[in-house]
Amino acid sequence: MVRRLPHKDVAIVGLGWTGSILANELTDAGLEVVAIERGPWRAAATDFPPNYAQDELRYRIRHELFLQPAQTTFTFRNRMSQTALPIRNWGAFMPPNGVGGGGVHWNAETWRFLPTDFVLRSHLTQRYGARFLPADMTIQDWGVTYAELEPHYDRFEYLCGTSGQAGNLRGRILEGGNPFEGPRSRPYPNPPQSQPFSHTLFAQAARRLGYRPFPQPSGNLSRAYRNPLGVRQGPCSYCGFCEWFGCGNYSKASPQTTLLPVLVRKPNFVARDQCEVTHINLDPDGSRATGVTFVDSSGQEWVQPADLVLLCAYTIFNVQLLMLSKVGQPYDPVANRGVIGRNFTHQTISDVVSFFDPKKFIFNPFIASGAIGMCIDEFNGDNFDHGPYGFVGGGYMGQVQTNGRPMETTPVPPGTPKWGAKWKQAVKENYLSATKPGTGVHGSMYSYRDVYLDLDPTYEDRFGRPLVRITMDFHENELKQNRFLTDKFAQIFQAMGARQMDKQYRRAPYDITDYQTTHLCGGAIMGVDPKTSAVNPYLQSWDVPNLFVIGASAFPQNAGYNPTGTVAALAYWSADAILTRYLKSPGPLAHG
Amino acid sequence: MSGIRRRDVLTGATLALVGAAAARASIVKGELPWRPDTASPPPRVEPGPWQFFMPEELPTIEALADRIIPPDPDTPGGKEAGCVVFLDRQLAGPYGSAEGLYERGPFIQGVEQQGPQSSNTPAQTYRAALQALDQYCRDGRGSGMPRGKRFAELAPQEQDQVLHGLEGGSIHLTGIDAKQFFDTLRKDIQDGFFADPIYGGNRDMCAWRMIGFPGARYDYRDWVSRHNERYPLPPVSIAGRADWTPHNR
Repeated sequence: MVRRLPHKDVAIVGLGWTGSILANELTDAGLEVVAIERGPWRAAATDFPPNYAQDELRYRIRHELFLQPAQTTFTFRNRMSQTALPIRNWGAFMPPNGVGGGGVHWNAETWRFLPTDFVLRSHLTQRYGARFLPADMTIQDWGVTYAELEPHYDRFEYLCGTSGQAGNLRGRILEGGNPFEGPRSRPYPNPPQSQPFSHTLFAQAARRLGYRPFPQPSGNLSRAYRNPLGVRQGPCSYCGFCEWFGCGNYSKASPQTTLLPVLVRKPNFVARDQCEVTHINLDPDGSRATGVTFVDSSGQEWVQPADLVLLCAYTIFNVQLLMLSKVGQPYDPVANRGVIGRNFTHQTISDVVSFFDPKKFIFNPFIASGAIGMCIDEFNGDNFDHGPYGFVGGGYMGQVQTNGRPMETTPVPPGTPKWGAKWKQAVKENYLSATKPGTGVHGSMYSYRDVYLDLDPTYEDRFGRPLVRITMDFHENELKQNRFLTDKFAQIFQAMGARQMDKQYRRAPYDITDYQTTHLCGGAIMGVDPKTSAVNPYLQSWDVPNLFVIGASAFPQNAGYNPTGTVAALAYWSADAILTRYLKSPGPLAHG
Repeated sequence: MSGIRRRDVLTGATLALVGAAAARASIVKGELPWRPDTASPPPRVEPGPWQFFMPEELPTIEALADRIIPPDPDTPGGKEAGCVVFLDRQLAGPYGSAEGLYERGPFIQGVEQQGPQSSNTPAQTYRAALQALDQYCRDGRGSGMPRGKRFAELAPQEQDQVLHGLEGGSIHLTGIDAKQFFDTLRKDIQDGFFADPIYGGNRDMCAWRMIGFPGARYDYRDWVSRHNERYPLPPVSIAGRADWTPHNR
């Protein structure tokens, strides 16, 4: 029997970065907030203490901190003509699970998108003409500008204690920072992290080639920090166990290390863990959310009534809840109508693994942090003239190697066998003197008419609900972009003195077993036109005004950066609109 | 919402037990839900009888481990390093039974980019593949191969010839995707070589000493800016080092 809980002002689905940010903002305004999280509570002291957190088999290979596909997964196909099959074990991306969400296991690269990224279609059309864009590319302007988001980026960086070097301080270009970034109102709260040897050499080589390298903005702290909420973090120890792992040092920015200690002490906040929201409940005419239904770990179903419902789950789960609750018109790629599932994107990642003379170079690759590294931004977004090259988009590139963990990072030169005496000898000889940036070329993926999400007709989750079906492939624009960027990237390693290189271009078809990043975007995108967007510029559903959908699900296309900085800035931006406008007059904040 | 199948929900609840400190839904309010003695340290492999491999399989898997990682004068091979012990415990545990993976049908073979779609668990695959491999060898197929010998009885060069055939897809084993099995086997043996020694392989941290990986140290603040200098300290496991424990001296 379904049990009914007392009414709350706000029900939040998912307690990761966005759920924590929204909960903290709205409880500050005095609202009664409940956050409902599918996974377990997680804390450094009990879940990833430094006496066993550095376990590559358990966390990296066996994925302990992640959602288990048996709980729920997705189906995948490259093209509409194929039958989608279930992802039985994670590969191309790693959906998070539990309190803290992706903030627990991320590398903490804390980027801002470029000002032109937010007005992408109008900017590119103006510069190159509409015919320069592929006919089936469905990129859009966001409906929010960099200038509007700047104060919210700033708040997130000061919440996290981001360590970096400003490149553009209120319009003044500063030496050593990213000269292409949008103007920032304040410097980063902490100086950049120290850079290990190979990362430093990369920057020197890039500078010799005429580029302007800068340290990657890092949520691994360069020094001890007390954030504006009074929560303290310790300095990063460069342990080399960051991405896929929780931080046992309290030195990686996460909801646990920045927000939750304050949030859970508030009398008007409550969190429920191990509870999966299965439905957004609507009134009979579907124009207003009345709350959510969730199932706890004993199988008990509950109804949580609320005035305001905020979807703060991982990208695809936000989209899935909209689809299963029949909010908004599902996207139909054939008719090119509908919005839910539209403009789904991932990333275009490639790498160059380089081998140096072991007698001259000792890189100690195990000394690293998640967001360590020196980068260049000359080939990101529209920072260069695309006219001669016939593609749009780009990405940052850098020596951003996060680890020397031996199951993942024992590279051998191209042509070496994968096993046997020669393999063993090559592993031994190259371990300390090879570079393997991982996500070295961090390219954008723009949106296309035939890359989208819908519900699978065959496969179900453990509740008997249809899985979300992913239809995705790389398009020629992204492959051209990747060839161009990967070659530029390799030139820098050549200049560093590499004696052999393995250029690992991104190739089609898109492969669901090959890890890129966990940066899935879109499916419930923001915009100014309800015919082509699911949410308005404040992330409010066009169809159900007391429902907000927060996260990278709102990105109309993905830029050439890691998304978390922008996801968090959008969360603060949306919270601000709820607090200053929506609560005074609950109703649509924009009209299409 | 109706239509939720209660039995399946309970399966989900059981799943949530794996690796989670808090196994049941709970309400967090007023303070962080921290409780003493609730951490979940990794299970440590203890010496003892084989848990997965059967006596007739051992010579085969040990020979395979030593061809994938052959011994050399400086570093043990896969067998001596404990990779078979590692694999034995992994196959007897959650990895072997594909715990946590999506196992609902229908099982349809798709394109490579859609990932493996087998309904067999790794434990089932290993059981069948080791037997099929020995049968293949006894049959003496392949140019210049002897008849009537099991894999472990072949000369090292002959063993390598078989492995190349599996890797390249030219050898077919009855009922098994031989190429995919070899890929899994290779990764599993190499994982055992490089994993923390608490899991049974990487004996005495031999693989970490071979490459210069310091293991579970966790603080390199004093070395991050010492460029191009070899890190001076020996490796350490999650379980420490033998010379930290007086009774082992």
